[in-house]
Amino acid sequence: MSAPVLQVRQVYKHYGDAHVLNGIDVEVDDGQAVVLIGGSGSGKSTLLRCVNLLEVVTDGEIVLEGEEITDPRVDVDAVRRRIGVVFQSYNLFPHLTALQNVSLAPRVVGKIGKAEANDRAREMLARVGLAAHADSYPDRMSGGQQQRTAIARALANEPRLLLLDEVTSALDPELVGEVLDLIGELKAQGMTILMATHEMGFAHRVADEVCFLDAGVVAESGPPEQVLDHPSNPRLQQFLSRVLRH
Amino acid sequence: MVSDKEAWRRSFRRDRRRKSTLVAILSTIAFAVVVWLGATHAPGWTSARETFLSGHQFRHDTPDILRGLLIDLKLLVICEPCILLLAVVIATLRTSVSPVLAPVRIGCALYVDLFRGCPMIILLYLFAEGIPSLRLHHVTNSALVWGGVAIIVSYSAYVTEVMRSGIQSVHPSQRAAARSLGLTQRQTLRLVVLPQAVRNVIPALLNDFVALQKDVGLISIVGAVADAIQTATADNDASFNFTPFVIAAILFILLAAPSGRFADYYARRALRRQQAGVVV
Repeated sequence: MSAPVLQVRQVYKHYGDAHVLNGIDVEVDDGQAVVLIGGSGSGKSTLLRCVNLLEVVTDGEIVLEGEEITDPRVDVDAVRRRIGVVFQSYNLFPHLTALQNVSLAPRVVGKIGKAEANDRAREMLARVGLAAHADSYPDRMSGGQQQRTAIARALANEPRLLLLDEVTSALDPELVGEVLDLIGELKAQGMTILMATHEMGFAHRVADEVCFLDAGVVAESGPPEQVLDHPSNPRLQQFLSRVLRH
Repeated sequence: MVSDKEAWRRSFRRDRRRKSTLVAILSTIAFAVVVWLGATHAPGWTSARETFLSGHQFRHDTPDILRGLLIDLKLLVICEPCILLLAVVIATLRTSVSPVLAPVRIGCALYVDLFRGCPMIILLYLFAEGIPSLRLHHVTNSALVWGGVAIIVSYSAYVTEVMRSGIQSVHPSQRAAARSLGLTQRQTLRLVVLPQAVRNVIPALLNDFVALQKDVGLISIVGAVADAIQTATADNDASFNFTPFVIAAILFILLAAPSGRFADYYARRALRRQQAGVVV
């Protein structure tokens, strides 16, 4: 058993009086998919932002592959290169084609040649089923296609860990499936994933562990059958009944 | 209470901040010393100092030039609101869609082309010298008033375009949302579009305001107005010493500095609001 890819230990994040994270513990092992669930304001997005070093933690530590990345001496850019992030609102660069979106980072960050970067980008786009859309601009693609391009872009740096922040929340219902299927495939291929989502069915099928966040702590965690089907925490029971009712 | 680890991190960051500040101070001092030595060791330094930085001239001319600066300030305080008002009105008319207003739109476009295209110095001559020379009845011949008008028309042509870009930067869905609530075209513009438009272009407006603070000094070319630059010119004519211009320059810079800082502060605040605490 190798060491976990990601360890979040007793992380606090306070914005003045707003205490968003209050001593949170999460671990993601190699090849695992850990799903964060919880109401809005429970701290899911903040946790993901802390892991990607977009936020400075108020206390606690985050360890990536044995290296403490909350140490102020770490090279932030080098850490971020090892982590792929996909946002809820895609955030594709509108002035670049799908291919250019995907090849940009390998070209300028990874310092590989343009031809090689383009080859790799084509490969990534094929992997997400968008080989035919390489030369399309984001505004000519559907939301699902844009989000899959964003996933390809995150994968192009060959990250050790993929962070997904409610990546299907902005999509039309009929487009959600194609993105979730893709994430399921990535997981099957061995990608290590930490994601926040409201798709309980998907969490049930794909997650190795589900963490219920409430008031900035992990209120309950475990395998999906246990957490989603037999919740013991009353707040979680309440949350699930609200999410699953409609 | 924080953990030992966090306490260490904070002290580490504090040390690093202190070190950065120290480096900044040292590099500033070193830079200043180099500039100072470069200037004082130039072959013509002694005579240049007497011509441009004469202590006697400083003491003698500063009060006069300060009095002149008051005229510039007065001009600024009167011109700026007129410019903004005119710019909002013209920009609004230019972005209107009603077919009836087509001639007005053409007129506005002409206004902008004419007054933005014409150098401000020529506008100042035409207004402040040309109009009084017509000797119209019941119309003031004051060079100050007509100079002010020249500044207003020139600047309002620029600011109109800033306002127009602001109006066009408001997403069409905002207009659609307002109209679907039953607001009229005009209410939509006044209550929904313009407030957002102005907020979007405040940095550009501040930039134009800082530019105007010194461009009001161009009124000195009219001659009859004893503003700061005109006063300095007169002092220079009398003494053949350029120190009065340096004094005027320092005063204009001091006048512009607070607006510059405010523009920086405003831009920082807007950025902070937009990224909500993100450190990138």
